[in-house]
Amino acid sequence: MHLKNALRAATALTLISSVGASAETITIATVNNGDMIRMQGYTDDFTAKTGHTVEWVTLEENVLRQRVTTDITTKGGQFDIMTIGMYETPIWGANGWLVPLDDLSAEYDVDDILPAMRGGLSHDGTLYAAPFYGESSMVMYRTDLMEAAGLEMPEAPTWAFIREAAAAMTDRENDINGICLRGKAGWGEGGAFITVTANSFGARWFDEDWNAQFDQPQWKEALTFFVDMMNAYGPPGYATNGFNENLSLFQQGKCGMWIDATVAASFVTNPNDSTVADSVGFALAPDTGLGKRSNWLWAWALAIPAGTQKEAAAKEFIEWATSKDYIELVAKNEGWANVPPGARTSLYETPEYQEVPFAKMTLDSINAADPTNPTVDPVPYVGIQFVAIPEFAGIATEVSQEFSAVYAGQQTVEEALEKAQALTNDAMEAAGYR
Amino acid sequence: MATQHSRSAARLMMAPAVILLLGWMLVPLTMTLYFSFKKYLPMRGDSLERGLDWVGFENYSRFLNSSSFWPSVQATLLIVGGVLVITVVLGVLLAILLDQPIWGQGIVRILIIAPFFVMPTVSALVWKNMFMDPVNGMFAHLWRFFGAEPVSWLSDASVQSIIMIVSWQWLPFATLILLTAIQSLDSEQIEAAEMDGASVLSRFFYIVLPHLSRAITIVILIQTIFLLSIFAEIFVTTGGAFGTRTLTYLIFQRVVDSQNIGLGSAGGVYAIILANIVAIFLMRIVGKNLDR
Amino acid sequence: MARAVSTRRKVMTTALAWAIGLLIFFPIYWTILTSFKTEAQAINNPPLFFGFDWTLENYSVVQERSDYMRFLWNSVIIAGGSTALGILVAVPAAWSMAFVPSRRTKDILLWMLSTKMLPAVGVLYPISLIFVEFNLLDTRIGLILVLMLINLPIIVWMLYTYFREIPGEILEAARMDGAGLREEILYVLTPMAIPGIASTVLLNVILAWNEAFWTLNLTAANAGPLTAFIASYSSPEGLFYAKLSAASTMAIAPILILGWFSQKQLVRGLTFGAVK
Repeated sequence: MHLKNALRAATALTLISSVGASAETITIATVNNGDMIRMQGYTDDFTAKTGHTVEWVTLEENVLRQRVTTDITTKGGQFDIMTIGMYETPIWGANGWLVPLDDLSAEYDVDDILPAMRGGLSHDGTLYAAPFYGESSMVMYRTDLMEAAGLEMPEAPTWAFIREAAAAMTDRENDINGICLRGKAGWGEGGAFITVTANSFGARWFDEDWNAQFDQPQWKEALTFFVDMMNAYGPPGYATNGFNENLSLFQQGKCGMWIDATVAASFVTNPNDSTVADSVGFALAPDTGLGKRSNWLWAWALAIPAGTQKEAAAKEFIEWATSKDYIELVAKNEGWANVPPGARTSLYETPEYQEVPFAKMTLDSINAADPTNPTVDPVPYVGIQFVAIPEFAGIATEVSQEFSAVYAGQQTVEEALEKAQALTNDAMEAAGYR
Repeated sequence: MATQHSRSAARLMMAPAVILLLGWMLVPLTMTLYFSFKKYLPMRGDSLERGLDWVGFENYSRFLNSSSFWPSVQATLLIVGGVLVITVVLGVLLAILLDQPIWGQGIVRILIIAPFFVMPTVSALVWKNMFMDPVNGMFAHLWRFFGAEPVSWLSDASVQSIIMIVSWQWLPFATLILLTAIQSLDSEQIEAAEMDGASVLSRFFYIVLPHLSRAITIVILIQTIFLLSIFAEIFVTTGGAFGTRTLTYLIFQRVVDSQNIGLGSAGGVYAIILANIVAIFLMRIVGKNLDR
Repeated sequence: MARAVSTRRKVMTTALAWAIGLLIFFPIYWTILTSFKTEAQAINNPPLFFGFDWTLENYSVVQERSDYMRFLWNSVIIAGGSTALGILVAVPAAWSMAFVPSRRTKDILLWMLSTKMLPAVGVLYPISLIFVEFNLLDTRIGLILVLMLINLPIIVWMLYTYFREIPGEILEAARMDGAGLREEILYVLTPMAIPGIASTVLLNVILAWNEAFWTLNLTAANAGPLTAFIASYSSPEGLFYAKLSAASTMAIAPILILGWFSQKQLVRGLTFGAVK
C-alpha cells in the first residue's frame, strides 16, 4: 500500500515535470549534404521558436546508412530523428519501426507535399517520413560548348542525341569531356544511374516472378551503350566517379554534359563555386523512344524511429524543417536558388522561385518519374533507381561493383552481366523469393 | 623455484586479464556461432524476441559457395602479403640507413614515424583525394608534367593502391622495431667481418639478417593481426570494388548492406578460422622465439 | 684519407635519409599546407607550394560546422581511459607471467593474442545488441571498455617482454630484504619498468585514438571522438580538398604532436622483445 502510494506520487510528479519542462534535447542523424549543413546553421531559429535544442550527428552518406540501419534493427534508440531516403522509408514503415506522420498540424499543410514525394515516402497510404528535399535527374549541359558544336539541345533529348553531342563537345586537348556520368560502385551511386539508363532501354531488374533479368538483351544493350559512350567521351577514371566527383568536374568546366540529380542545378549555377555558372542549360533525362525516360526519384526525408521518448519534440522539428516557413527563411537569407527543392507544390507556385532557371525543369523531371510503374515491361516492385525490397541494397552494391569493373576495363559487359545474374538470383533465393 | 604461495598469487594477478579476455572472446563468439545457424534477416522482421528459425549449415554453404568467397580470400592474402613484403623489405633497408651516422637523425626519424600517428580514415581520404584522384590528384599533376596520361589508381591499380596506402601507414612501425633490433647488433662483429674482407652483401646476409630474424617475425606477427582486419582503407577508397573485397569487407557487405546477419555470422566464423590458420602458422615461429 | 671517405659517405647517407624521410612525410605536409589554401588554390594545376595567400578560413568553417573541442575531449577521454584501464589490468598479468612462469604461460599469451583475430564486422551485431542491453551505446565508458579489451593482448605482451628483461636477481635481493609482493612491484619493479610502461602507454593511446570502427558504430551525439568528426567531412559537395585538409589536420594534430614529443620513449620501448 505504502509502496503504491509512493509510486503514484512519483508518477504524478513525473507527469507534472514533463508538462512543465517542455524543452527537450533531440538527437538528429543526418547526411553531410549542403542543404542539411545549411539547416544546421538555422537550428537557432528552431530553438527560439520551440525551446527545444538539437544535437547533430552529421555523417557521410555511406556511414550514415550503416549507422542508422544498425541502430534501427538493434533497437539502439540513439536518435530521435533519422535522415533516410525513399528506399528505406516504406520498408522501415512496413516493419513498424517508424512513427506514422499522420497527425501533422493543419498549418503544416501535408497536402502541399508533391504527390510523387508523398507516395514514395508512404507505406499503405501512411506517410512515414517528411521530405526535406526531393530530386529527380536531368541533363545539365554547357550552353557555350553546345553552341560551339553547332547543336541545339532539345527539351527532351534521346540517348542517341546525347551521344552525338558528347562526341561533338569532347575536346581532349583542352581537358573537356563530352559527358560525365556516375560509374562509382554502390547502389545509390553508379548503381542508380545504370538502373535508370537500363529502364529507358526497356530493361528491368526482375520479371514478375522475381527472376533476375540480366541475361536479357536490353541490359546488354544499355550497358554496352553506356560503356562505349563513356570510354570515348567520358573523363579518365570515370569508374570511380560519383555525384561529388562529377559535380567538381562540371564546376571546373571539364564536362560538356552531366546527367545527374536535379539538386546539382543550384550548385553548378552558383558563381561562388562554379566557373561555368552563367552557361548552364537544362533538359529532361534522355530516353530511347520506348516510353520511359532515364530519370529517377529520390528524397532525403526526416523520420522518427518508433520508441523514442521525445516523439512530440521530434515532430515539432520535422514540421519546422520541412515547412513553408523554413523555405522562406532560407530564401530570405540566401536567395531563392538555395532553398531545399522538390518537396512542396507551393514552392513551384511561388513567382520568385519560378524565375530560378532550373525550377521548371526540376518539377517537370520529378513529375515525369513514376515509382509505381518504372519500366517498359511490368515488374513486381516499386521504385525507379532501386527496388523497394530489403535485399536490394546488398545485391545492387555487388552488381554495381561488377559493372564498375567493366568501366575500368577489367572485364567485359558479358562477364559482368553473367555474374550479376548469378549473384542476384542467389541472393533472392537466400531471401526466399525463388 | 617459485613457491606455492607466489604461484597462487600469480594466478590471482592474471585472473582479471584472462577473465576479461575470455568474456570478450566467448560472448560475441557464442552469439556469432548461434546466429550463423539461424535465419536472421532483421529487415524482414526477424528479431531475437520473436525467435529465429534454425537453418542448419545453410548459411555456411551459401557463404562458401558464393562467387565472391574465394576471390575475397585471395584479395585478403594478396593485400596482407603485399603489405608485409613491402614493409619488411623497406623497413630493413630503412633501419640500416638510419643506423648509419647521419646529420639530423632525430628529425629524420620523426619524419619517418609520422604516418603511424595518422588515423586510417584520414590517410585513406588524403591518399584517395589529394594524391590518387585522376584529375586533381598530385600524381595526376605529376604524370601530366611528364607528358603521361594520368592513371586512375583506385580502379586500374586498385589492389596495389590499397597495398601502398596501408604500407605507408605501417612502414614506420616496422622500421622502428627493426631499427631497435639493429642497434643492438654488436658493431665489433661487423668490423671483424669487414676486416676479413666480407663484402657488404655477405655481411648483410650472414650477420645482419640472422640477427634481425626475431624482430622480423614479430613485425610480421603483429602486422598480420592488424592487417587481417583492415577496413577503413577499403571502405573509404574503393568500397570493395575492383578486386579489393577482402574477407572482412565481404562480411561487412553481408551484415550491413544485405542485412543478412546469419550469413554474415557464418562468414565471421570462416574469418576466424582463416585468421587462426595464419596465426597458428605464425605462432609456431614466434613461439619458438619466445622461448629464447 | 679514411676520414674524408667517411665524411663523404656521411653526406651521402644523410642526403639519402633526408630524401626518404621527406618523401614519407610528404602526404602529411601536403595536407597541412592545403588546409591553409582556398578551395580553388587547393586544386590548382600545377600544385602550389608557395605563393598563395595563407588563410584560416577552412578552420573556421569546420569549427562552425562541428564542435571540434567536444570530439577532441572524447578522444582524449576514450584513448586515455582505455589505456589506463588496460595498464591496470595488464601489469599484474604480465608481471606474473614474466616472474612466475608456468608451463602454460606461453599458451595463455598466444591465446590472448588470438582474441585479436576476431573480425570486428563479424561481431557488429552481437556487440551492438549487448550495448543496447546494458545501455552502453553512445557512452564513453562503453567505448573505453571495448577499446581496452581490443588492445589488452598487445599491452600484456609488450609489458611481458619488458618485465622479462628485468634480471630476476634484483627481485631475489629485494625479497631477501623482506620486501613483500606489493613493495616488490611498487619500489623495485615499477621504476625499472617505467620506460617499458611508458612506451606501452604511448602505443595504446595511438591505437585507441585511431580506432575507427567501434568508435563510429557505437556512438551518436555524446561520445563520438575525432574518428566520428572526420566521418562528416569525407565527401561533401563540390570542391572540398581544403576543408578536408583542415579537418584532417585537426583530427591528427594532437596525436602527431604527442607522438613527436614522446618519440624517444616510444622508440626505446617498441621492441616487443625483438632485441635479444
